[in-house]
Amino acid sequence: MSAANKEIGPPVIELGVMGWLRKNLFSNWYNSLLTIFGLYLLYILIPPLVNWIFLDANFVGSTRDDCTNEGACWIFIQQNIKLIFYGLYPTEELWRINFVYLILFISGVYLLIPNLKHKGWVGAFLLIIFPIICVVMLSGGLGLEAVETRLWGGLFLTLVIAGVGIVLSLPIGVMLALGRRSKLPVVSILCTIFIEIWRGVPLITVLFMASNMFPLFMPEGVNFDKLIRALIGVMFFSAAYLAEVVRGGLQAMPKGQYEASQAVGLTYWRMMALVILPQSLKMVIPAIIGSFIAIFKDTTLVLVIGLFDFLGIIQFVGTNPDWLGFSHEGYVFAAAVFWVFCYGMSWYSQRLEKKLDTGR
Amino acid sequence: METDKSKIGSFLFNRSVQGVFYQLITLGLVALGIYYIVTNTARNMLERGLASGFHFLGVESQFDIGMTLIEYSPTSTYFDSFIVGLLNTLLVAGVGILFATIIGFTVGIMRLSSNWLIAKIAEAYVEILRNIPLLLQIFFWYFAVLRALPKPKQSLELYDSFFLNNRGLFIPDTVFGEGSSIIFYLLWLTIIISIGIFIWAKRRQNRTGERFPAFYVSTALILGTFSISLAATGFPVSFEYPELKGFNFKGGVKLIPELVALTFALAMYTASFIAEVVRGGIMAVSKGQTEAAKSVGLKQNLILRLIIIPQALRVIVPPLTNQYLNLTKNSSLAAAIAYPDLVLVFAGTALMQTGQAIEIIGMVMGVYLFLSLFTSLIMNLFNRFMKVDGER
Repeated sequence: MSAANKEIGPPVIELGVMGWLRKNLFSNWYNSLLTIFGLYLLYILIPPLVNWIFLDANFVGSTRDDCTNEGACWIFIQQNIKLIFYGLYPTEELWRINFVYLILFISGVYLLIPNLKHKGWVGAFLLIIFPIICVVMLSGGLGLEAVETRLWGGLFLTLVIAGVGIVLSLPIGVMLALGRRSKLPVVSILCTIFIEIWRGVPLITVLFMASNMFPLFMPEGVNFDKLIRALIGVMFFSAAYLAEVVRGGLQAMPKGQYEASQAVGLTYWRMMALVILPQSLKMVIPAIIGSFIAIFKDTTLVLVIGLFDFLGIIQFVGTNPDWLGFSHEGYVFAAAVFWVFCYGMSWYSQRLEKKLDTGR
Repeated sequence: METDKSKIGSFLFNRSVQGVFYQLITLGLVALGIYYIVTNTARNMLERGLASGFHFLGVESQFDIGMTLIEYSPTSTYFDSFIVGLLNTLLVAGVGILFATIIGFTVGIMRLSSNWLIAKIAEAYVEILRNIPLLLQIFFWYFAVLRALPKPKQSLELYDSFFLNNRGLFIPDTVFGEGSSIIFYLLWLTIIISIGIFIWAKRRQNRTGERFPAFYVSTALILGTFSISLAATGFPVSFEYPELKGFNFKGGVKLIPELVALTFALAMYTASFIAEVVRGGIMAVSKGQTEAAKSVGLKQNLILRLIIIPQALRVIVPPLTNQYLNLTKNSSLAAAIAYPDLVLVFAGTALMQTGQAIEIIGMVMGVYLFLSLFTSLIMNLFNRFMKVDGER
């Protein structure tokens, strides 16, 4: 009697590690087959990759002859690191770039730490004063030696193009979205045409246009720098995509918000700036960051019009006769860097999404 | 006096008057901007001795193209080179879309698998591939993989009919002998009959409620007629296999490495986005739908076919076409590895030779613009057709 009353737990096989394995990997015969197939796939992919990248790789040395092991030759990256990160920027002026990075890093960390005061001021500094510092520090002026943009390159150029594209395209995108939603037919039609044209063509044709057609548009004697032309192209291109994202947010706003702000007598611009945009932009933050990731990846295309961005410089370094045949290392390194940036952004956006709880 | 003032005031602050005023200003500014650009361009072109217009399209192009789907030689016109580039773009986009769909659906369904390992592998695929720039992936496949392949003599082979080496991918060619046209006519005929069967089966089911296995019957009809006609005409379709002659392969179809690398990279990259679309679409069908279908006694395969897939497709198709469009636009990256697509041939070589920047870039942009507007038109129709009553 007493034995029958004793509580009987679930069978051992359904508990702990065994239970987890059984439930998630071997629940029936075809799941077991799939698991075995997956393990085999990992077996043929992972060990050779780990060997190549870490175990058999060469880390110490200064020329290609030091690469005696079978794995990757990271000396190639190590020796060209200045070129890869800064392009042809003069060595004695590199502190200027690093200084800009430092300011960006400090203010970025400040903004990310929760519960600090004066975040608004730091943000305003980043948006208004920091760009001026950047222009002066990077291209010269105020007693600093001028550095032509054709010497800019590497990861630094990628960050400049992506940064300028992201910062400038957001306000333009917001204006375009408001314009497209406008009740004034002329404004709405013009904005729609503008957005659809930019969204309908590939970025590469935009860049071709920027490098071949812009010079024709300008009056005599006005000649824009190649980098600025590319920046204008990237800016309008991403602004059009952002406009559609923002428009999604505007459309998702309940009508009551518009009516309530009109009822308290706000003008159009005040209503947008104080009530509608803060809420609707917050709603689409994940999508906006998604667009930023796309811009960041798309900056690689500037190499087709002859700018040496991060990927362009890695291609270029690979053609150096001293380092022929190390393209694998270059691509893997570039992929890793791009991946860290893009995945970092998408991870941050997911975190933000949870924090703001906007995903409904 | 006062009434006049308030009249003027109410006129100035009238919403519609303000609206007209702002619109006139916008229109004026845009017109001014366009006028400025046009006059500058006209003067610049005059100075550089460029004639505007499309006369150059009829001029001999004097350059050759590495891969052409239609007859083309340096004596062909610029317009021919435009068509060659366009067809090459459509080819790479078409093949890319096919593979991206297959890989994307597979990975998307894998991510929803109850098998933990399989789901994680699929997740790793998506997270890795979509966070690396496409151009880098194209370079990787082209420079690091395909160009590093062995010479034709040591090529990788599959069943003695597919050969992969640094000159490209060689696959068997299909040769249509005499009488093969009859087979094609019969094939078309059976396809049309099958569509008829589907319509008839649907009507009958609506009328009487009886189901007719239209899918099996029409598959049997098409395949049966196809194989019988093949046998009856004495197998006029044969394969020509590539063969190593000297230092290179002869016969078969040669796919240049640029095409292979580009297709591969485009398909793998876009597949990671399609996988997410598919996953989202299937997850959007609520579990209650499956349970309700089960409780009215539908069989598992019918639940999938009649309940899950139609609802998931409604969510999947619009973003899926968007991805197809992205793939087509991304195929313009071909220019970076010298695959002769529309951008490289026309906006590259032809532009360099003629200097007709505005006409050429306008035409190229026009093609892409047409494709995307056409797609969004189709999508709007699809959405209207698929809309469930009572939905917003």
